[in-house]
Amino acid sequence: MDKSRIEIAVGAFVVAGIAALFMLSMKVSNLSGFSERSGYQISVNFENIGGLKVRAPVMMAGVRIGEVAKIELSTETFEAKVVLIIDKKYNQLPKDTSAGIYTSGLLGEQYVSLEPGGEEVSLKQGDVIQLSQSAMVLEQVLGQFIFSKAAGDE
Amino acid sequence: MLNKTSRWLQGVGQRSIKSVRRLGVGNIFLMHAFIALPSIRKEFPLLIKQLYAVGVLTVQIIAVSGITVGMVLALQGYNTLIDFGAEDSLGQLVALSLVREMGPVLTALLFAGRAGSALTAEIGLMKVTEQLPAMEMMAVDPYKKVIAPRFLAGLISMPLLAAIFSAVGIAGGYLVGVGLLGIDGGAFWSQMTSKVDLYDDVLNGVIKSIIFGLVATWIAIYEGYEANPTTEGVSRATTRTVVHTAFAVLGLDFILTALMFGGE
Repeated sequence: MDKSRIEIAVGAFVVAGIAALFMLSMKVSNLSGFSERSGYQISVNFENIGGLKVRAPVMMAGVRIGEVAKIELSTETFEAKVVLIIDKKYNQLPKDTSAGIYTSGLLGEQYVSLEPGGEEVSLKQGDVIQLSQSAMVLEQVLGQFIFSKAAGDE
Repeated sequence: MLNKTSRWLQGVGQRSIKSVRRLGVGNIFLMHAFIALPSIRKEFPLLIKQLYAVGVLTVQIIAVSGITVGMVLALQGYNTLIDFGAEDSLGQLVALSLVREMGPVLTALLFAGRAGSALTAEIGLMKVTEQLPAMEMMAVDPYKKVIAPRFLAGLISMPLLAAIFSAVGIAGGYLVGVGLLGIDGGAFWSQMTSKVDLYDDVLNGVIKSIIFGLVATWIAIYEGYEANPTTEGVSRATTRTVVHTAFAVLGLDFILTALMFGGE
């Protein structure tokens, strides 16, 4: 095989390899979505977050608008402090927005759902959402149900 | 009895010293290869030729294996996921398995079989036909002319081949999942993009493939360079290349996976 054809083949190989890498990073991974740099952070305190994990989605009206960035335990109130990153496209969430933790499907992953309030002022970087509803822990609910059933029998 | 034991112990000792010595020689060899790398700028045509031999000629088997592995992953994953009604996660399953593990590891194993064995045989035969000593006689450094281009070609080719493997595999998974099994195409891609992270998954996969490329190429050219200059020696060196690369890649893969993904 002559020299120029070898060079063309090598060129095609390198281009194909880089195209594959490009596809993996753009199309397969979440680069085209939002990242920590392209959003603003707000935090919420929950009494119990159940099985919520970092990078879980944040939804409003079922639309994904951000993700969970950090989860830690506050040593003063012993509540879970969850930091959310919201896409900066959605920077007009009312200040009295409330947050809850729900499960998608019966066994699906847990996500943070935001319910818009009615105030004119909107949430900014570093704000704390005041109203929160804890995750439903299945064992707790079952326990309460059995307890109330047993109490009702008497 | 005592005599037998001491002879057995002697054998163990000899073998240990031999393997430690080989390891040391191998490391010195790697260092020489790295030192010779900068001279590649003057020998660019040599690099192109090796990229063709090591990279381009391996693409075919990589692409065929990639698409097959992706298709099989999709079929098998579907059978398990359908029990939980989670068949929409198929894209995520195929993409994560390929990008994190199968892409780098299978590519390295195929690379050892297709390109590594050829490198060993080529360099070994250069030694048998006394081309390497002849080069030294002419004051031509075989590290610069023979080793460095092949080494760099392996280092460049492996990550590209692994990326091609993963990309083709995901395409194969899409073909089977969406085309054959009837999963929603949108769910396939959106589940995949929401769960595959650029840094945690794709970048770690690329780092893995670079390390495997280094190890596979190193073993191949070292075995060739240190082969016994006989017909049998070259054949044994070629076998050792494939076997040692397989061991090294699988062992390293466990360590790298534990370091990269074991922390959570």
